[in-house]
Amino acid sequence: MSTSVDNSGGTPAGASVAEPPRGVAGTAAARRRLRHTLRPRASRGQLLAGLLCAVLGFALVTQVRQTQQEGIASLRQSDLVRILTGLNDQSSRLESEARGLESTRQQLTSGSDTAQAAEAAARERLDVLGVLTGTSAAQGPGIDLVIQDPNQAVTAAVLLDTLQELRDAGAEAIQLGDVRVVASSHVVDGKSGIEVDGTPLQAPYRLRAIGDPQTMAAALDIPGGVMEVLRQAGATGTVSRPAEVTIDALTSLPNPRYASPAPEKSP
Amino acid sequence: MIALIGLLVGVAAGFLLEPTVPVWLQPYLPIAVVAALDALFGGFRAVLDGIFDDRVFTVSFLSNVVVAALIVYLGDQLGVGSQLSTGVVVVLGIRIFSNAAAIRRHLLGA
Repeated sequence: MSTSVDNSGGTPAGASVAEPPRGVAGTAAARRRLRHTLRPRASRGQLLAGLLCAVLGFALVTQVRQTQQEGIASLRQSDLVRILTGLNDQSSRLESEARGLESTRQQLTSGSDTAQAAEAAARERLDVLGVLTGTSAAQGPGIDLVIQDPNQAVTAAVLLDTLQELRDAGAEAIQLGDVRVVASSHVVDGKSGIEVDGTPLQAPYRLRAIGDPQTMAAALDIPGGVMEVLRQAGATGTVSRPAEVTIDALTSLPNPRYASPAPEKSP
Repeated sequence: MIALIGLLVGVAAGFLLEPTVPVWLQPYLPIAVVAALDALFGGFRAVLDGIFDDRVFTVSFLSNVVVAALIVYLGDQLGVGSQLSTGVVVVLGIRIFSNAAAIRRHLLGA
């Protein structure tokens, strides 16, 4: 048999050459021989062949199990070196990728921080500007001035003086009657009385101003100041200092049609 | 018949005992198994040819295994272990195929 193994190994084609003569008869003979061989005979050679086959089966299963469960432990040195090189390459690739992602993340977080700070600053600025331009309501310490005018002697000029005096004294927001007084406000003597920004006022005139109450009250009270002028005209001004003055009249700003902010000069 | 039983017994023993291949044997066992498979197929073909001989089967089985392991060992020493293993497996595979073809012609007539 092993002769056959060796022969067939040497000449694979030889088997096919020997084949054609065989036909159905050859197949039948082969099957008869197979049956004959399968009949158990306890010869020494048969037992030895069986033992070898048992060893083969054992080794086969062992190897299969080993292959299934083995990691890199049984690999050759060259294979291990190749794997190690590949892993190193992969590791450095992943490291550089991680570095890139890290820097991107840093950029993004610092960018969002900057954006947040800018937004907060802008918001603060908006509040300040809103108070100054009269587009948002304001509250805080201040004074409440009520001018009684029984003789109709108070003119727009007197009220304007009062406003200027309050501004000089540091008033940050002023409301005259129901009108918010801003930079563009005007006070005129109209037909039916004093008008502020086109809105007619009726006596008594009420002025509310937010600022340092002490300073503003003193400014109104100086000799030759507003209060004295009012007294001379036969009117009376009463200053009170409530803990909290609320100015809720608003103005609306027209959007500038022609002017646009000039770009800031970078230093 | 006894060979068939032996094969089954060996497989069963392998499953039951769950042995671990010793390190020194690990490079050679796969090649040895393939070589033994080659001998097994050769023996089966010889049975069908009517020229089976226990002694020749035993010797060829053992020598196949030893030579295969030796080639792998030599390849490892020369630094061409993996290539030589591949070569041995290819040669043995070709022989297994040709033996299987002969067995097929015997049993199926085609």
